[in-house]
Amino acid sequence: MFLRFLKLCCVILAASSIAAASPALKVCADPDNLPFSNRQGQGFDNRIAELLARDLGRKLEYVWQRAGRGFVRENLNKGVCDVLVGVPVQFRPVLTTSPYYSSSYVFVTRKDRHLNLNSFDDPRLRKMKIGVQVLDDDYAPPARALSRRQLTQNIVGFDVAGDESPEIIRAVARGKIDVAIVWGPLAGYYAARQRVALDLRPVNPELDPPALPFRFAMAVAVRKSDRELKDQLDRALMKSHAQIERILRAYSVPEFQTATTQARLK
Amino acid sequence: MQEMFYKHRKAGTFEIPSCWLIAAAAVMACVLAGCGDSKSRAAGAQPPATESSYSAPVYAGKMEPDDGQWVRPAKDYASTRYSSLDQINVNNAKQLKVAWTFSTGMDRGHEAAPLYVNGTLYIITPWPNTLFALDAKTGAIKWQYNPNPSPSAKGVACCDWVNRGGSYAFGNIYYNTLDGFTVAVNATTGKQVYKTKLGDITKGETITMAPLVVKDKVLVGNSGGEFGVRGWLIAVDAHSGKIAWRAYSTGPDKDVLIGPRFKPFYGSDKGQDLGVKTWPPDAWKIGGGTVWGWISYDPETNLVFYGTANPGPWNSDERPGDNKWTAGIFARDADTGEAIWYYQYSRHDLYDYDGVNENLLLELPINGQQRKVIVHPDRNGYIYVLDRATGQPLSASPFAYVNTSKGVDLKSGLLQYNDEKKPRFGSVTREICPSAPGAKDWTPSAFSPRTGLLYLPHNNLCEDEEDVSVSYIAGTPYVGANVKMFAGPGGHGGEFTAWDPVNGKAVWKIKDRFPIWSGALATAGDVVFFGTMDGYFKAVNAKTGDELWQFKTGSGIIGQPVTYKGSDGKQYVAILSGVGGWAGAIVSGGLDSRDSTAALGFVGAMKELPKYTSKGGQLYVFALP
Repeated sequence: MFLRFLKLCCVILAASSIAAASPALKVCADPDNLPFSNRQGQGFDNRIAELLARDLGRKLEYVWQRAGRGFVRENLNKGVCDVLVGVPVQFRPVLTTSPYYSSSYVFVTRKDRHLNLNSFDDPRLRKMKIGVQVLDDDYAPPARALSRRQLTQNIVGFDVAGDESPEIIRAVARGKIDVAIVWGPLAGYYAARQRVALDLRPVNPELDPPALPFRFAMAVAVRKSDRELKDQLDRALMKSHAQIERILRAYSVPEFQTATTQARLK
Repeated sequence: MQEMFYKHRKAGTFEIPSCWLIAAAAVMACVLAGCGDSKSRAAGAQPPATESSYSAPVYAGKMEPDDGQWVRPAKDYASTRYSSLDQINVNNAKQLKVAWTFSTGMDRGHEAAPLYVNGTLYIITPWPNTLFALDAKTGAIKWQYNPNPSPSAKGVACCDWVNRGGSYAFGNIYYNTLDGFTVAVNATTGKQVYKTKLGDITKGETITMAPLVVKDKVLVGNSGGEFGVRGWLIAVDAHSGKIAWRAYSTGPDKDVLIGPRFKPFYGSDKGQDLGVKTWPPDAWKIGGGTVWGWISYDPETNLVFYGTANPGPWNSDERPGDNKWTAGIFARDADTGEAIWYYQYSRHDLYDYDGVNENLLLELPINGQQRKVIVHPDRNGYIYVLDRATGQPLSASPFAYVNTSKGVDLKSGLLQYNDEKKPRFGSVTREICPSAPGAKDWTPSAFSPRTGLLYLPHNNLCEDEEDVSVSYIAGTPYVGANVKMFAGPGGHGGEFTAWDPVNGKAVWKIKDRFPIWSGALATAGDVVFFGTMDGYFKAVNAKTGDELWQFKTGSGIIGQPVTYKGSDGKQYVAILSGVGGWAGAIVSGGLDSRDSTAALGFVGAMKELPKYTSKGGQLYVFALP
């Protein structure tokens, strides 16, 4: 009995000494960008970061940084943080894990209008006000698909992050615009918070020729030199896939596929 | 006013003739004696240089009469930004002191030139585009006018929030608001005379340029994202605010105001509806060619001259063709807007080389013959000298390091693109020089008839470009062009160059770690003024480039210096300080690299900028004690 207690003690000691010995897992995250992350830790990327840190036996430490241009250079590569959560797998300046989910840009309309929009080639778009977000100094990718179809005059621009980010979904709910085309997780999260029911459908085509994709697989990213950390994170993601799926569902991420569902589809 | 001056140069520097020093001393004495503004005594009194390795020709052109005020964006119609005031000269500039300052209370980039009219200094702020009328003696606010740009404008428009200034005419101040209006405000009372809507901000259309008043018309052009905006120049009636005419930069001839009087120099610009035919179907409707730069006016021929911006969208593969009438220059009848000629600097632009930079109307000896010309420093790295009547390029000399092209073929007018530097799908094109903001951006140059030199604030930047790759901002994935900028040869980001437009050569250069993003001002005191992004306002010797004086302002300078004679007879120099705007875009947008290899040259230098300066708009007025 005593021996067993001692053993347990040792195990606890060993575990805590590991936690104490390994440095904190420093994650760069946007301080004000729900549903992805915020300072209060309310975003799904926050929750996934917590899962991963726990699995790695490391304390989670956030570095609050807006993910804009020069972000990787100034933060990840300089060692300000070690990990980014929610990065497209093909993003070249970093080393990415296997994706833990993928989603699509979606058309968001009011259900009561029965528009069922799902294609950039729908002729009804010609008569509609179409909300698209504005990145740094350009529109988000749906605007490019619209411009090819001579629909630029129909575009209404909206801010991409911070306080203003729900505005584009609210504008649909209030009938200020007919349709919004936004990245799925954002649409799902804010659509679930409107008084009126909204219809969300992935955009088609999924890849607008010649090379404009609208479905992206998202991963965790580390510095290119951090292969070991990447392998640890991959193992942790694999182990936690059921929890991750639960989290994504709780945040109403639409049309998502996790690594396992993708594997099954293949 | 005709001025003559001869210069000597030995061993790379100017020697100042001793008689000039005496003359300068005489100016000093006069200043001390309080005789105020004086005609340039030193000029004209100079004997011709007999033993000089360098000698710029005498400037024999006419300059506009100068009343010591500053009523137009570029001082005069010819866009010289030259003042005949000479109280502040090379000998006493070091004594310049702050007369007074004024905080605008805004922290966006301040790019405007102040106006000085009848004892009042007028300044226009970035969005929300407040117009302040300040007592030029004390800096006290006489009144302020707020156009209340639509709150929905915030966040809806892409791009920056800057304003590049206004014009005074008919007792009114004319300027533009970011949300697409032209306003006329009574210069005495501050009451709005009219407010005319020209642009539609919900389409990404904004207005940032300074309008020019020509006869009874206010000329205004649009700006906006490269996305979906179709460029135009509009003439607004100065009295009624009604739109008199509008000339588009793309589309059918009737929209571009191309008719029987249109006689471009090159055959390739002749033909029907080239603004439609040189684009894929309907692409001209979103083709860009905005008019966000400067306008010049020649009263003798009644022509206005202005440049058109780059074609859209940025990815050039999506718009095969010459993309007329973007990235070029138009000459138009000032009364009717009819196009007279056009010349395209960058045909089917690949690098975002807008053609909107300033056009200085000068008279220069070309091959022994005095010609009325336009001198235009373009983003593509060449200074063009064009015949003012026909648009024929007479010369095009590189003023910065250029490798995207191998020169301009004067026979065809074509920029000779270098195929090796063309951005390619999915692969990195390295060391594209100049980079997207060009060898020189909007930052206007100045010309001094006393030296015959052009003073150019400009960049020394190159870039690596990857046409398409996956990127993201805060959880929003996208595919975009990945551009990484860095300092060009020499490792410095900016240069201030004195340029001899006749011989097509730099005479001296001042290097700065950051791009020089302010305007330039030349004066008859042979002092040239400009500002740096780390906040220094500088006075340099027009002939040698030697620094005479500098003052560290509260923020980085991206504004345009002006000078005027106050009601007390003294010469003042005014500049808005307040970094941001395009400079901010350079810092946060242009220098995108996401790549550890990028921490060199200019990227490193720009990262340093926050250590030198922070945001905040403030007007500084300087004078001799």
